[in-house]
Amino acid sequence: MTEISPPKGRGALARREARLAWGLLLPTITIVALVVIIPLLAIFWISVKPVKLGDLRPAETRLRVSLRDRGDVPQLEYRVTNPSRTAELYGAGFTDTLPEGVTLTGELPQGCALSGQTMTCDFGTLAPGYNERFRIDAQIAGDPKAAEQAVRDGAPVVRGAADNVLTNSTFTLENFRKLFDSGEFWSVFGVTVFYTVFGTLGALVVGLFAAMLLNKSFKGQGILRGLYLFPYVAPVIAVAFTWITLFDPFSGSANALLVQMGVSQGAINFFGQKPLALIMVTLFEVWRYFPLSFLFILARMQSIDTDMYEAADMDGASPFQKFWYLSLPQLLGILSVLFLLRFIWTFNKFDDIFLLTGGNAGTRTLTVNVYEQAFAVSNIGAGAAVAVVVFGCLLIFSAFFFRMISREEGL
Amino acid sequence: MSFLHKGYLTGPIIGALWALVMSVTLGVAVSFASGEAARPALWGALVLGAITGLVSVWRGNRWLTDGVAVVVALALMGTGLGALQFGGGFAMASRVALTIVLAGIVAIPLGTILKGLPFGVANRHEFEEAVIRFLTGFGYLFFTAIVIIPFYVMVMTSMKSQQELMLNPLDFTIDLGKGWHLFDSYYELFEKFHFGRYMWTSFYVSVLTVLLTLLFSVPGAYAVARLRFRGQKVFSRGILLIYMVPMIVLALPIYIAYSMVGLRNSILGIVLIYPVTTIPVALYMLQGYFRGLPVEVEEAGLMDGLSRLKVIWKITLPLALPALASVGLYVFMIAWNEFLLAFMLLDDPSKFTLTRGIASLNSSEIPRQHLMAGAVIATVPIMAIFLGLERFMTRGLTAGAVKG
Repeated sequence: MTEISPPKGRGALARREARLAWGLLLPTITIVALVVIIPLLAIFWISVKPVKLGDLRPAETRLRVSLRDRGDVPQLEYRVTNPSRTAELYGAGFTDTLPEGVTLTGELPQGCALSGQTMTCDFGTLAPGYNERFRIDAQIAGDPKAAEQAVRDGAPVVRGAADNVLTNSTFTLENFRKLFDSGEFWSVFGVTVFYTVFGTLGALVVGLFAAMLLNKSFKGQGILRGLYLFPYVAPVIAVAFTWITLFDPFSGSANALLVQMGVSQGAINFFGQKPLALIMVTLFEVWRYFPLSFLFILARMQSIDTDMYEAADMDGASPFQKFWYLSLPQLLGILSVLFLLRFIWTFNKFDDIFLLTGGNAGTRTLTVNVYEQAFAVSNIGAGAAVAVVVFGCLLIFSAFFFRMISREEGL
Repeated sequence: MSFLHKGYLTGPIIGALWALVMSVTLGVAVSFASGEAARPALWGALVLGAITGLVSVWRGNRWLTDGVAVVVALALMGTGLGALQFGGGFAMASRVALTIVLAGIVAIPLGTILKGLPFGVANRHEFEEAVIRFLTGFGYLFFTAIVIIPFYVMVMTSMKSQQELMLNPLDFTIDLGKGWHLFDSYYELFEKFHFGRYMWTSFYVSVLTVLLTLLFSVPGAYAVARLRFRGQKVFSRGILLIYMVPMIVLALPIYIAYSMVGLRNSILGIVLIYPVTTIPVALYMLQGYFRGLPVEVEEAGLMDGLSRLKVIWKITLPLALPALASVGLYVFMIAWNEFLLAFMLLDDPSKFTLTRGIASLNSSEIPRQHLMAGAVIATVPIMAIFLGLERFMTRGLTAGAVKG
């Protein structure tokens, strides 16, 4: 007798569903892996490599061919150079086809062989800075000018390249050592923390204020809500340059206004002075991102049950008490999630500071430092090392975040 | 704080603060509108507001309050202590008129703010409601100002000439007498700086980004939201995690890879990379929406013999159309506003996107108004779309746009 029991394991339907799910996910996973996971791994790889911006294109053998009358005999000249001052070129050589009507009469240089009109040379390894001219006597049948042109237009195949620093097996911890040794790192880190903490908190508090203003229906509420979102929706480059124009020390309206009102004596260089620039950049962050927190908080506020407030009214709670004991606890979830997400995103922010100050006047954050090291100092390896630090911080933050979010589900 | 719960204390304090806010507002507004100096004075404003507030709580009579405010304001002006100090460019008549306006905007709102506040001891409700009304008034003014002023400056600067800008930075007026010459910078940008082409490039790059993003993220989001398979949880988390990876960290290897492959300076490279930056966002937003759709409708479809893919095509997608619109709009906004990648990957002026084109205007040889005109050109289309489709956009933003 067979016993009746619920089916064990995964049935055919479940397996089919899983297969379909993987099928649907596959394109997305592939593309995200290609552009997110691989670059992330690449960053770790590059950060332990001594790579400079110039190393992205490894040095190659350079060859110039010319045919010219030197004295009374026409000579064919091959000029072979190694453009790099530091790297050796391996397997250097070339293959060239001489045009019709040109025959070589002179002695061929070492390593070269001529078969028919095809000239093949192999020089093996070229030392750094190698620069040699090989001249061979030639005879020209027909128009010399045409032959010269034909030689110049020829397309010789050139061989030989340096080791690519990106793929060879030299590793170094120099990038990290330099990063942490220079006193600069901790000041950059401090600036990042200031910018992130105050930018996030500011945007949150201002957003909360704006949300409370708009959390009642009146005529024009929709218009105001749309208006207050402008800073977030406009392209960052447009608003950043507007701020620069507005606070320009010479032709900016803000300065003119402050001088007229007697608040300041002379022009203030808002984005060029040491502590002020950082404050301005943080204010910009608050200004640009308060709409976002305001939108989220408003959405949450409108979903709070009104019964509670009615009950509080019956009990005689004052407006401040209602805010403190009813609204705020209800909003705590969204506020903390917003805080963490915005914290991470402010930490990652690059464009805003880059456009406003370029990282000058004490506003260089870690992300700006990545760019600065990689492109301004042309040290890709050092930039990658900073990027690794940024990524490490991100991992720590997101560990916090996921702990948090599993408590506050939703969002 | 309970010692403050007295009308004769609260009234003057709120009044003084309100008068301060109003005199700063009027001072700034008059300065910008006339280009002349009108500067708020701290003590004059405090005295004017305190007296007005006191009268308001004392009698609660609006006419009396307004009258007293006008008299006090004029008297203060007469003694040289006026809440608004005027530069030389103002005639006597306009000084008096502006002082009366100031008295009006101090007294009339104060009447509303302090309504119901007794002269003597006030209870919590009366006190707090007055404070809240003050904060509300201040809040609307503050937010409207901080949003409008920068955008106005953007438009205004783009319509001026270099000399006008240097001559008087306070002057916020637009000289309408110039007629079409107001738009000279725009004309020049489109004629000489190829902004028409940049705009077109930006537009089709953004549209392609939206299409590619939706193409990849819809099936992925559906799978994560609906289908049961091992690793589903890990995926939802993974999406969020990828959503948090900073762009600059990815931009560096992408720059290197593109340099080596030769995709730098090509629109193809940009179109390949933009969707990838938006797919995680779209996945995250869409999966939330798919979760919210009723399963029963889909199950009914399955029972009636549709395959899973047909269910997605015939039932889920039509139901999710508003969400697709929101996500599409949001992705369009990201792609249109994107700056970092365009800046790093494009060097050839014939292939610039709009944001990259504006970045190239930021040099000392090119006048400021051109830069601002470029900013306006980039902002106007996205604002027009935003205002036209605000409902979708707002929903799109709240659905998953904690990223910025």
